[in-house]
This record gives sequence, structure tokens and C-alpha cells, in this order.
Amino acid sequence: MSKKYDEIPIAGNIVEPGNSKGYLTGGWRAKKPIHKDETCLWIKNGTCGLCWIYCPDNSVKLIEKDGKYSYEYDYDYCKGCGICANECPTNSIHMEDE
Amino acid sequence: MVEYDKPAVAIKEMLKRDQVLSAGHRMCAGCAAPTVVKLMGMALRGPTIVCEATGCLEVATTIYPYTAWEIPWIHVAFENASAVASGVIEATKAMYAKGNYAHEHVDVIAIGGDGGTFDIGFGSLSGMLERGHDIVYMVYDNGAYQNTGIQRSGGTLPGQETTTSWAGKVEPGKRQKKKPLTEIVAAHKIPYVATVSPGYQRDFITKFRKALEVEGPAFIHAYSPCPRGWRSETGRSIELSRLAVQTGIHPLYEVIDGEKYIMSGPSKRLKELTPMEEYWKTQGQFKHLFKPEWEEFRKQIQVDINHEWELLKKKCGI
Ligand code: SF4
Ligand code: SF4
Repeated sequence: MSKKYDEIPIAGNIVEPGNSKGYLTGGWRAKKPIHKDETCLWIKNGTCGLCWIYCPDNSVKLIEKDGKYSYEYDYDYCKGCGICANECPTNSIHMEDE
Repeated sequence: MVEYDKPAVAIKEMLKRDQVLSAGHRMCAGCAAPTVVKLMGMALRGPTIVCEATGCLEVATTIYPYTAWEIPWIHVAFENASAVASGVIEATKAMYAKGNYAHEHVDVIAIGGDGGTFDIGFGSLSGMLERGHDIVYMVYDNGAYQNTGIQRSGGTLPGQETTTSWAGKVEPGKRQKKKPLTEIVAAHKIPYVATVSPGYQRDFITKFRKALEVEGPAFIHAYSPCPRGWRSETGRSIELSRLAVQTGIHPLYEVIDGEKYIMSGPSKRLKELTPMEEYWKTQGQFKHLFKPEWEEFRKQIQVDINHEWELLKKKCGI
């Protein structure tokens, strides 16, 4: 993932905000969060979202499309900390070994 | 950057906001600091520049050739985030006056850890407050110099074990009290001072917005659990940030103009404080406190916390 000298902008500047997205941290994970739709309040009526609010790695994806709600993880970045699972008020998330 | 006339406190409003800090940063798994920054982002009202002291958040969000910051950001040194922020705000004014800058006003936020704020950057912080610069300073307090290897800081709690306050046969970890930084900052009679905890996100975002809106300096003291240094479970960081409020070691309140104290909802609603044992047992850095030889020391900490809590309640008129 590191760049060669001739791929780095002149004077070593970083020209793209938030380019850390090019560095995937998902490999740090020892446990992964698994979500269940049935009990989740976001899926039910687009409320709650505590897992999204607290996730330190922006790895919870709450999606709203055509009035329908869906839920995903971005396993490219999720470090498996378990905060989402610990904070979910309806126990809709559990952690599994990788 | 877009301008927002209100902070985002409801989930659907939050989802519409651009992130301030991107994924791919290298903060430890379960560190609360990125969440602290995310909540700060929900309060922003428009163009913003962040000036950061050296610290975990600075180091691990900007490992070359990457940056996780989506908004303008500058780091100079450990001790001078506040001085840099003062320079930045003066520079934007001068540039605007000369027609070289698009914004008449830009929000400037300075961020430091407890090491960079309680200790190393303390002088420059005090200078910024005295000069009355319109800056929000936020300390994310994880209780030690975690980034350099868990050394004790002025923000370290009594009884906390660090690599420079070892617990052993003769010492129970740090013996001294935590520096009352929020009080010291409030004594500068600045317009707004508040303590926040990421586990109470609504309170956090609302206060941060107030801090941005006042004219003159404002100070936000955010509690920020550190699973690596605290030897706590990574999944419990947000829960611990609430427990810190419930035990009274990080009560939530506001101080207006250095005089008017207001206790915030989550602290005001507490019937009584949760005993410190509940907090200590969640973290390896306190496990020695349960040895019989530290019983007196342990009790004394609780006595001190209760005393501070009563004092604070009195100041808040409750
Ligand atoms: S395990 Fe941690 S990093 Fe992964 S989605 Fe949950 S809160 Fe985010
Ligand atoms: S915290 Fe739980 S209930 Fe709330 S949105 Fe996340 S998964 Fe759904």
C-alpha cells in the first residue's frame, strides 16, 4: 500500500483530503460484527443508528433507498472493536471469530 | 464546505453530513477519539480549520503519505496548538481584508490530548484564552500520554497505573489528584466551558455547537476511553465514557463566563454516584487497587470524588 517515490506528489504534499481510505484497516480484525435485520430499529423504521454514531471507523453503512432501509458493514475498514455490538439496544449485532 | 444552520443530532440529519475524519486512519481498534471527532463534525456550522497538538489522534490520522482529515488541518508541535490556532485565525482575517480569502469568518478548532493540554500545551492555551481569540479548544482526555507509551499526565487519575506511575509494593499507581483543568480554564472567565462524553452524543453535539457560536474562546473537555492504555475491552469504550459520568469522575456541566455553572442532563439525572469500584474493575490499569494494602487509598479516592461532586452541585445550585 505504500507509494513509490515517483508516485508521490511534488514536495511530498498530500493533495487529496481523506486519502487514508486508500489504506485498508480491515486486516486488523480478529472478530467480525454480524448484524441481524429482524430486530434492528434502523431496518424497522429508520431510527436508532447508535452503531453508526459510535463506530470509530465509519464501517457501519445505514442505507435508505426508495423508502426501504438496509444495513451493511464495510469490512475493508472495520477493526472488529465490538463497540457496535456492545451499544446496540436491541442486541441485533454479535461478534464472530474471523 | 456547506453551511449548516443547525447541528445534526438526529440520525437522519447525521447521515446527510460529510465525515470530518475518514476511515483508514490508524487509531487503535475501539479508541473513542475518532468518535469524539465524528461528534464534533455533527456540530460544525461551515468552513472550519483544525489545528492539532501532537498526540495519538494527530499521529495516527496522518501517517504519511495518508491523511484521514477531510477538512483543513494543521499540526506544528506538542506545545503550541493554541498559538497556531491564534495565528491561523489572525491570518484568515488579514487575508480576507486583502481580498485573498473567500471567507470573512472561518471556525477555528484546536485539539489536543490530555498530555498536550493539561501539561505541555498549557501555557499556550492560557495565552490564547487571555487574548480572547474566537477559537474552540477541545481536549480529548484519555488519561495519559498513550501515544508515546502510556506515561502519566496531569490528566491521569489517582490510582491509575502508567509506565511512569507503576503500581507495586510501595506505590498504588499515581498518588496525586487529577489537575482540575476545566476549572482552571473557566477561571480565565471565557464565555463558554463545557465537559462532554461521547456516550451522551446529544449533549456532546449541542454543547460543541454552543462553543462554536459564542464570540471569543470556548473550551470543551471530552472524555475519551483508550482500550490499549487502560487495558479495557475494545467494545466497551463508549460504555466506559458513560460510566465516567455516572461515577462522577467526569461530571457533565457548563460554565458561562467563568461564573454561571449549569449541570447537564446526564449528570443532573443521577440519583447517586456509581461507586468507583464499578469503574476500576473494567480496566487492567486499576486492578492493583483491589489488593488489601490499598484499601485506605481506595476509600480516600471515593471520599475525594464525593467531596468534589458536592462542591460541583453547590456551584450549580442543586
Ligand atoms: S466492530 Fe467496531 S469498527 Fe467494526 S463496525 Fe463495529 S464499531 Fe465499527
Ligand atoms: S444499534 Fe442495533 S438497532 Fe440500532 S441501528 Fe444499529 S443494529 Fe440497528
